[in-house]
Amino acid sequence: MVVFAGKWHAAANAASISAVAIVASMALFGVFLTLSGANPFGVFESIYRGAFGSWFAWQNTLQLAAPLMLTALCTALPARLGMIVIGGEGALIMGGIAAVAAALALPHAPASSVIAAMMLAGMVAGGIWVGLAGALRAYRGVNETISSLLLNYIAIALMNHLVTGPMRDPEMVNRPSSWHIGDANMIRSIPGMDVHWGLVFGLVACVAAFVLMYSTVFGFAARMVGGNVRAARTAGLPVPMLTITACIIGGAAAGLAGMVEVAAVHGRVSSSLVVGYGYTGILVAFIARQNPLAIVPTAALLGGINASSGLIQRTHDLPDATVLVMQGIIFLMILVSEPLFGRFALFQREPV
Amino acid sequence: MDNVIPLGWWGVPLAVLSGAIRAGTPFIFVSLGECLTEKSGRINLGLEGTLVMGAMSAYGISYLTGSPWLGVLVAGASGMVLGALHAWACSRPQVNDIAVGIALMVFGTGLAFYLGKPFVQPQAPGLPAIDFGWWSNHSQVRAALQVNALFFVGLVLAPLMRWALYNTRWGLAVRAAGDSADAAQSLGYRVDRIRLISTVIGGFFAGIGGAFLSLYFPGSWNEGLSSGQGLMAVALVIFARWDPILCFLASLLFGGASAIGPALQSVGITSGYYLFNAAPYVLTLLLMVATSSRRRLMKGTPGELGVGK
Repeated sequence: MVVFAGKWHAAANAASISAVAIVASMALFGVFLTLSGANPFGVFESIYRGAFGSWFAWQNTLQLAAPLMLTALCTALPARLGMIVIGGEGALIMGGIAAVAAALALPHAPASSVIAAMMLAGMVAGGIWVGLAGALRAYRGVNETISSLLLNYIAIALMNHLVTGPMRDPEMVNRPSSWHIGDANMIRSIPGMDVHWGLVFGLVACVAAFVLMYSTVFGFAARMVGGNVRAARTAGLPVPMLTITACIIGGAAAGLAGMVEVAAVHGRVSSSLVVGYGYTGILVAFIARQNPLAIVPTAALLGGINASSGLIQRTHDLPDATVLVMQGIIFLMILVSEPLFGRFALFQREPV
Repeated sequence: MDNVIPLGWWGVPLAVLSGAIRAGTPFIFVSLGECLTEKSGRINLGLEGTLVMGAMSAYGISYLTGSPWLGVLVAGASGMVLGALHAWACSRPQVNDIAVGIALMVFGTGLAFYLGKPFVQPQAPGLPAIDFGWWSNHSQVRAALQVNALFFVGLVLAPLMRWALYNTRWGLAVRAAGDSADAAQSLGYRVDRIRLISTVIGGFFAGIGGAFLSLYFPGSWNEGLSSGQGLMAVALVIFARWDPILCFLASLLFGGASAIGPALQSVGITSGYYLFNAAPYVLTLLLMVATSSRRRLMKGTPGELGVGK
């Protein structure tokens, strides 16, 4: 990985290899569709139409991409330090719970301060949740992948406990849910669009994360830890502090995603929060090769694929899992294309 | 002779015991599979996908052929294919095994849901159970003591795997590959091939665990069948410190813990029990915190595994 110079060069390299991997997975997916008796070209056309074919489709896509940008950061930022964190799902849930708790704690406050409080609460809760995995890693050597996975399940159990007990709205009979945050406190749409402000949160977070990782001392130190942790220690870098901070920032992003889902979509916490945004975020981070700026188009791509799911089901009579198969193939191809880095003369850097 | 006197609070430990056996059996197979794979030096998070794929293929084959045991075999075979895919992807340079596992989890569950769509409605013949509760005239007791044959397969498999790992050349090769790839290579072992075989056999077991889900308990095929047992198995193996016999016992513990909630619900406690669902996860996390160290590995940890580093 090029750490010090030529970041645009490295980015072009990464982008082209990712693009090749995606095209190859499309081909594989096409073969899969043909074998299962569907018309691949028709399906691809529907995916395009359902994802990017109209302004309506675009808005739908961007709406679904917003939480993915935030949960992807939860994997991408710690990945820069050589960690694999898969706790986005849990941080999202904790962020959602905290957002509802904040809104319920401020029943008479004006909407703007309630929304600010919800954002803060969501980010703090998510940050603590993943920061815990980072601290366990830094101070006890506990593997962060496993601990963040466990924290996902603990968050789900905690949510189930709260929505069936202390936070339960007895009027919600079909699906145990928390109390509603109040219509006045819901996040509105971006003017002129049918997309909520969560998209702006996602974009800002990705740009800020990029600046943080590539233009600050913190980012430099963090990437040095990811490059060679022993060298970083020898150079006197505070490795535990960097580890925990990266996890806290990533967790805060995913927690904000939970706040967005609560405050812009559902209005309450319930199992409809647990739809795999955290896990798709991992996929987004890997396709974007852990680059915060690349997360934006990647999240739009994955959001678009998810958005087209309904159209594929209706027009081709295919199961809703079709997009899951496609995502799985893309993910695998992206990973196995990893060794192609630096293999092509086009990307070979001039000898200094 | 059906005695319908409710068991009351005695129903709770009974339900937990039967839950330990019934809900624990898939854990036994997935965790033994994961244990073998991890012993060879790789983590396979994709076993969640393998489990769901196994559940779907077992159910489909049982429905189409009428033979649930053939379904179990096919489930194992589908697990072997996914295992081989994992091993192949991981054998390429710079490819991370955990990431491949997540990809295969997405792929496996997606494929299972895709191919399994036609089998959601029909009823397939399930696996038979052995009745150990014939002596009781309590219907609840009798139901609780229905034990599936696969449980006994697991009961035999766990000590067998432990014996094989520590007393055969094969076991030595697997542990060598898991403890130090360089050392194993210098002894003439082909590390990638050992890991391939371990992951394929691990996938076979995980597929059978899935077959148990769809053909016995809960005994149907739908998209919400697995509640993450495949992912949990990774934590469970750590909890069991990479010892097959402890894997077996920990599976019973995890299975029993999942039965506490419904059991309490049946005696009238309707809230709070979800926290019990978190118990296995909290316990595993505490165990990892207590036994991990930045300086040395937990006893029994395969040295090549990312978990110990």
